[in-house]
Amino acid sequence: MHSLHLLPLFHIWVYLQTQPLLGLTLTLCVWEAARFIDGLAGHTALTNPAVITITILVALLLLTHTSYQAYFTGAMYIHFLLGPATVALAVPMHANWQAIRKNFIPISTAIIAGSLTAAGSAMLIAHLMGAPRAIEVSLGPKSVTTPIAMGISQQLGGIPTLTAVFVIITGMFGILVSSPLFRLCRVTDWRARGLAVGVAAHGLGTAHMLTLSETAGAFGGLAIGLNGVATSVLLPLLVSIFGI
Amino acid sequence: MVRALAILLLCQLAGTIVQQGTGLPVPGPVLGLVLLLVILLRTGGPAAELRETSQGLLKHLGLLFVPAGVGVVSELPALRENALALLVAIPVSTMLGIAVTGVIMQWFMNREARPNA
Repeated sequence: MHSLHLLPLFHIWVYLQTQPLLGLTLTLCVWEAARFIDGLAGHTALTNPAVITITILVALLLLTHTSYQAYFTGAMYIHFLLGPATVALAVPMHANWQAIRKNFIPISTAIIAGSLTAAGSAMLIAHLMGAPRAIEVSLGPKSVTTPIAMGISQQLGGIPTLTAVFVIITGMFGILVSSPLFRLCRVTDWRARGLAVGVAAHGLGTAHMLTLSETAGAFGGLAIGLNGVATSVLLPLLVSIFGI
Repeated sequence: MVRALAILLLCQLAGTIVQQGTGLPVPGPVLGLVLLLVILLRTGGPAAELRETSQGLLKHLGLLFVPAGVGVVSELPALRENALALLVAIPVSTMLGIAVTGVIMQWFMNREARPNA
């Protein structure tokens, strides 16, 4: 009896799984709900909207036995915007061009050192702990913003989706540890704080820094772009030096 | 908004074509970023439309990470197999990256504040 009544519902569900509408709508609605929760909590490191949204969507997919492919049919329209968003980073970089030019040597020194440290130590630790090559290479670009990281991973023979996951985990972790770490290392300048979080924890970290200081946000945005370029150039060299 | 999106996509397209044509290790969107920056510096800055569209995209940067992040569901076996290495490599390298970048930049900024010290 019941199954007969539910049959049309089941057909609708199967139909929706092949269409972009459900994945797209769900992503936007959960994102808005997550932003509401984050606002109520006062923009804390633990209530980052991207982290909440990803957690809820992963739980929903697992509970409803929905494949990632079915979800991505809709979500890919949001994912696609990462490309133009990367290009759009040129606008805040242009707005801060005077500060960038004036501090060109400090900024480039700090970013190159930070980029090499974050990527090199991740690959080295994974290597020493016996992770396979695909994991090591996928870890390399994890501090870089997603679209760039996935591109680098693909070119070096990593697994781009795995890299995307590492990027997100890195961003979440960066938000959690940045404030205590800055106190411990006596990093008090907001330009230095923004740059550091942008280099090591990309856009997720920078979005968080923006809620603390405008200056930190601007230097974070700058670091995302420059670190993306630096890692794209340096990581292939690092991989060939390590011989992995 | 449409014109601004067209400009962003054109830069990305040009970057991707250059990347594919030359085999440079830098992803297409990054070359597009560099191209747009050069154009903005040459033309004296973005039009209001481009500035607003870019700010709108970047304001919701977190949302754009979501589809890729949800991809964790299809990578659970690989994560489980390498859990220990990842649980050490990601936190340690992230902390080192933040500390090294922050300390170097802070050192330069301190020196700038006290030029005679």
